[in-house]
Amino acid sequence: MKDIKIKVNDLSLYYGEKKALNEITMEIPANKVTALIGPSGCGKSTFLRCINRMNDLIPNVSIKGEMLVEGIDIYNKNVDVVNIRKKIGMVFQKSNPFPKSIYENIAYGPRINGIKDKTQLDEIVETSLRQAAIWDELKDRLDDSALGLSGGQQQRLCIGRTLAVSPDIILMDEPASALDPISTSKIEELIHQLKEQYTIIIVTHNMQQAARTSDQTAFFYMGNLIEMGKTNSIFTNPVQKQTEDYITGRFG
Amino acid sequence: MNSPSQLSPKTTTFTEESLKKQFRISEFLAEKIISSVAFLSIAFIFLIFIFVFKESLPLFNSESGSKEKTEASVITANKPETYGTASEELKPESYGTEPEAELKPETYGTESVSNEELKPESYGDTPKEDLSVSPSEETTEVVSQNQEGADKTWSTFFTTEWVPVSDNPRFGLLGLLIGTLKVTIIAMLIAGPLAVLAALYTSCFASKRVKEIIKPIIEMLAAFPSVVIGFFALMVLASFFQDVFGYDSRLNAFIGGIAMALAAIPIIYTISEDALAAVPKTYTEASLALGASKWQTAFFVVLPAATPGIFAALLLGVGRVFGETMIALMATGNAALVSANPFESVRTFAATIGSEMAETVFGETHYSVLFFIGSLLFIFSFALNAVAEFYVKGKLLKKFQGK
Repeated sequence: MKDIKIKVNDLSLYYGEKKALNEITMEIPANKVTALIGPSGCGKSTFLRCINRMNDLIPNVSIKGEMLVEGIDIYNKNVDVVNIRKKIGMVFQKSNPFPKSIYENIAYGPRINGIKDKTQLDEIVETSLRQAAIWDELKDRLDDSALGLSGGQQQRLCIGRTLAVSPDIILMDEPASALDPISTSKIEELIHQLKEQYTIIIVTHNMQQAARTSDQTAFFYMGNLIEMGKTNSIFTNPVQKQTEDYITGRFG
Repeated sequence: MNSPSQLSPKTTTFTEESLKKQFRISEFLAEKIISSVAFLSIAFIFLIFIFVFKESLPLFNSESGSKEKTEASVITANKPETYGTASEELKPESYGTEPEAELKPETYGTESVSNEELKPESYGDTPKEDLSVSPSEETTEVVSQNQEGADKTWSTFFTTEWVPVSDNPRFGLLGLLIGTLKVTIIAMLIAGPLAVLAALYTSCFASKRVKEIIKPIIEMLAAFPSVVIGFFALMVLASFFQDVFGYDSRLNAFIGGIAMALAAIPIIYTISEDALAAVPKTYTEASLALGASKWQTAFFVVLPAATPGIFAALLLGVGRVFGETMIALMATGNAALVSANPFESVRTFAATIGSEMAETVFGETHYSVLFFIGSLLFIFSFALNAVAEFYVKGKLLKKFQGK
């Protein structure tokens, strides 16, 4: 594959004694959408959180193996986790805007990166909200609390907030699982637009969503990466029996 | 009311009998008991306030009249009697002294200046005046002053001298008010940041183990009797800080403030820690995922999200300091001075009540003034809470959390 963004070599993750990820090896292409699918508890979210080291927050987690982002092992001792997360943004399953105004939600990221200039901030807020396809809905109420928005708007706001720090890679942990079909389709559309500039990795339970949005699909089961390939071929012609069973709904 | 035959679903039918409204006696009783207890506690607060305020009523009405007699007689049968009889007979006598006092407004000013300079000694003097009057005389005399002295007492409220026991008693509340505010401000300036930052540390930075050690220890401070803290301040802190700063009066607002901060810290800490811990982890995660460092997350996300709780914690701290009696008695020096210097002795409202209530004569002006101070404390804390409530709900939340 051309242009590999993330290369994972034999990555294993333990919660205490329990092995949650078993020697994952995969390559994630740049400027593509990669979907991670699999039944609950198979480790796909855990794997996603490995990519920007959110698992550091959980006590008793130990990780072996390599996670190379643009050739640099992010688990190297000399790598600053804060800088990694500036490059690798994340959108969570449950929309989690800060209890601040809409404007402040977006401006928070740039601000902690040292941007104080008001006009520059205004600009960033507008572009990120535009990119998140929510500017037209919110432009008149930027001072309102973000908690007053609907679930779909909140989630798009969170995407906008992630874009505001201009990351390279965006991780999405079931971004549409709590949303209605209309909001979901808006977010999927958004993912389509964003992939031109960003590398997107999305975890989803929704097989159709994976089929619709992604270019690559990886199937996880019991902490193992069972199969990875082009979305088309995974869904139409899976190599592994387990993948086929899962996709056709025979288990999972 | 099912009979055994109706237990299986098939035979159960919806009849009017089976759907009849039932009276559940235990539920009814529990509900009533809970609500009555709740109302009782609310009523207690009001009753306490009413009682305290009523005892200070003679101040508001020189001819306190028959109305008050009947009210007061419920609790104290003696008081109204002494009012009515003693006062009128003795009025002429006391008049001899009073005109002086009333004509003195200007001299007050000069007196107080000299008093400030001579403070420690002049304060020592008051007991002498006390001794010179035999107890029986004192009662009658003061009662007489109470009668026609209500207006006069009011006029002395806004002076700076607190000389309640004297031929010419002066109840200058300004000195006490300033003393109380001074101690409260000093205590909150110390306790507020310390406690909130400690709470922020334990909830955002400390490992679980450290948190498990620190939290109980700080909370144990809350169980410290204030006498012990006062004693510590009196013996240890006072000498230590006098050595450090080299000020004159050993016991002063600063020492009192530190000691009261010790008393307020655990309260503020516990409540703000709970508030901070209640901030959803998703906010922290979102912030960290944006590339914020730990302290940026703590200060710009967690702290603002916990503002209402932290404000409540600070208010409780202010309440504790405001009403703290024993520490104020032991560590503040108890001289009602008016000055901006934090290293001067002060006398707080609560300490005044605490030290003088036991020695005042029942029903006299001094007694009423003490109760008036008590109601002032009440009113202050009510006002503080009300203002804070509106301010937090209205402004602060909007500022931090959007409209």
